[in-house]
Amino acid sequence: MLDLSKYQSIGAALKDALDRFANEVCLIEADREREKERLTYRDFQQRAHPLAKALQDAGFAAADRASIIMTNQSKWLISAYAIFFAGGVLVPLDYKLSPDEQWQLLKHSGAQVLITEYPIWRQLSMAPGRAAAANVRTIVVTEAPANADLTGAQRWEDFRSIGEPDFVPRARTDVACIVYSSGTGGRPKGCMMTHENYLEQCVALTSLYPFWPGVRYLSILPTNHAIDFMVGFFGPFTCGAAVVHLRTLRPEYVREAFSKYKITYVSLVPLVLKNLQKGLQARFNELPSGKRKVLNALIAVNKALTKSRPRLSLSRRLLKQVHEPFGGALRTIIVGGAFTEPQTLQFFYDLGIPVANGYGLTEAGTAITVNDLKPFRADTVGKPLPGMEVRILNPGADGIGEVSVRSKTIMSGYLNEPALTSEAIVDGWLMTGDLGRLDDTGHLQLFGRKKNMIVTEEGKNIYPEDIESVFEGLPVKEFCVFAANFIWPRRSMLGEQLVLALHLETGQSLTEELRRDISTRNSKLLNYKRIHGVVLFDEDFPRTASLKIKRNALAEQLAKLDREAAFLPL
Amino acid sequence: MRTLEQTTQEVLDLASQHFNVPAGSLAPEDDFFKKLGIDSLQTLEMLSRLENHFGIELPDYEVQGVSDFRTLASRIQSRL
Repeated sequence: MLDLSKYQSIGAALKDALDRFANEVCLIEADREREKERLTYRDFQQRAHPLAKALQDAGFAAADRASIIMTNQSKWLISAYAIFFAGGVLVPLDYKLSPDEQWQLLKHSGAQVLITEYPIWRQLSMAPGRAAAANVRTIVVTEAPANADLTGAQRWEDFRSIGEPDFVPRARTDVACIVYSSGTGGRPKGCMMTHENYLEQCVALTSLYPFWPGVRYLSILPTNHAIDFMVGFFGPFTCGAAVVHLRTLRPEYVREAFSKYKITYVSLVPLVLKNLQKGLQARFNELPSGKRKVLNALIAVNKALTKSRPRLSLSRRLLKQVHEPFGGALRTIIVGGAFTEPQTLQFFYDLGIPVANGYGLTEAGTAITVNDLKPFRADTVGKPLPGMEVRILNPGADGIGEVSVRSKTIMSGYLNEPALTSEAIVDGWLMTGDLGRLDDTGHLQLFGRKKNMIVTEEGKNIYPEDIESVFEGLPVKEFCVFAANFIWPRRSMLGEQLVLALHLETGQSLTEELRRDISTRNSKLLNYKRIHGVVLFDEDFPRTASLKIKRNALAEQLAKLDREAAFLPL
Repeated sequence: MRTLEQTTQEVLDLASQHFNVPAGSLAPEDDFFKKLGIDSLQTLEMLSRLENHFGIELPDYEVQGVSDFRTLASRIQSRL
């Protein structure tokens, strides 16, 4: 691994990595059963430099911003490297957002360059939001069909210049990326992450979960997400490891990839991990009772022998039939993006497949705590990573309070939002809004949230204010969306739901017609953003002088209602 | 060559078989996430089954943001 303490920027570290590991494989891209591409670090450099040069020829300079909206593929990483090489600031956006949401964030970020895929550009180019984002001057589109009308965009494959690009150095304190943690409805929260944030996070994570040449990481989580950016790009690249991209995420091809490419690490969201668990459990249940008993006995032996630490070789020998479908080289499943149920973690650990669960926020530069497996503790989210100071603010008698964190990985602030920044970072400590407790061994346990938001099992952060616009015009006196646990706090990270608080007109009732109207509007939201129920409130919502709803005060009033009786499922 | 109506009906039939719901209980305009109570992973499984049935490849990007049977059927139809 490169000694990252010597580097000032992501670009400088990656530049050296490409030279140092020139002959190692860095990227494999497959589409279903077909391998489309296999690049060494030298190949990667040869693809990226003409792009960096073309960006520079187009006037892209130090601190200029360029956005990538792409599914996971080699061109994502090549484009990102070219942006860093040219001294730019990367704005990675979620390809699953709607085109108008993407334009909104492109405008907010001030991106001058957009690099995207043709199917995404097809939607983006027709969206009304395009007109407002005049700041995006250069648009580069990958994989466009030969006869496609690119409406002002250029082909990625042709966007290349001859000659060596100039490497543009950046300082550790300069912004490397603007990563949106939320805010497509109200105030976008663009986390300004510095080069130091990433360099320090990479050192901390790889101290627990190292990469080296020959390691293969299966990249499934979107690369715009902080986790995949770190463990599916920057981490493996600074260690000479390889990243495997799949162009389709159908379960059968994902399963096949484990054995075909001898995957070492993979990151998953809890939903996918639970699905894997279900599949394995179903397989076990189908075994004849004799074989089932043998398997259970072997699992019990493995469990006893791995109590204090994982013993991969031993587990692979003991439970060969379980490990073989995973390719036999899998060292750890990294799970993140949302809270994972302890029983799921324990299920895999008992099979000899350690799951590195952790806890983090985009604002904190990926991970704050990670389970170090020494020993494995399914009931916690692990210990703070090296360099992270975690403290619990105003703990109650049970030791539970708000988790706050201080480290070199904390963002420098929210873009254009000094007030929001000073609420989030107080005296250098990031207020996470999550409730937790540190136990005697220094492991962090989580117990719900203080903040008005939910995180789905797919790792999606949903803020109520971001989805309210879909209910505008609803024929009621007033409405407001909340995380149900924000109104009625529960000491749990599971089963989080959104609820629509309604104040009906005098004499109005929640008729079938109104329910249908709510459901129709709700179905316009992406499935994971939808509200789960309604709560009726028959008083005027408290408002500020400028007539904005005082959410905290309203939540306090709603909390007086009995949750079970008041929550009307849709 | 199938008509869009035929394709839509076959999509509905296959979805009802795959998720074990009564034939005829699904309609073209239904939101399959909501009607079947399925998540994105289960949707991908259904897509694989549809691909095998129709003998086509449906790239993930083609079905990005699609949540009703009618639109899904039209995406399939365009590749038949």
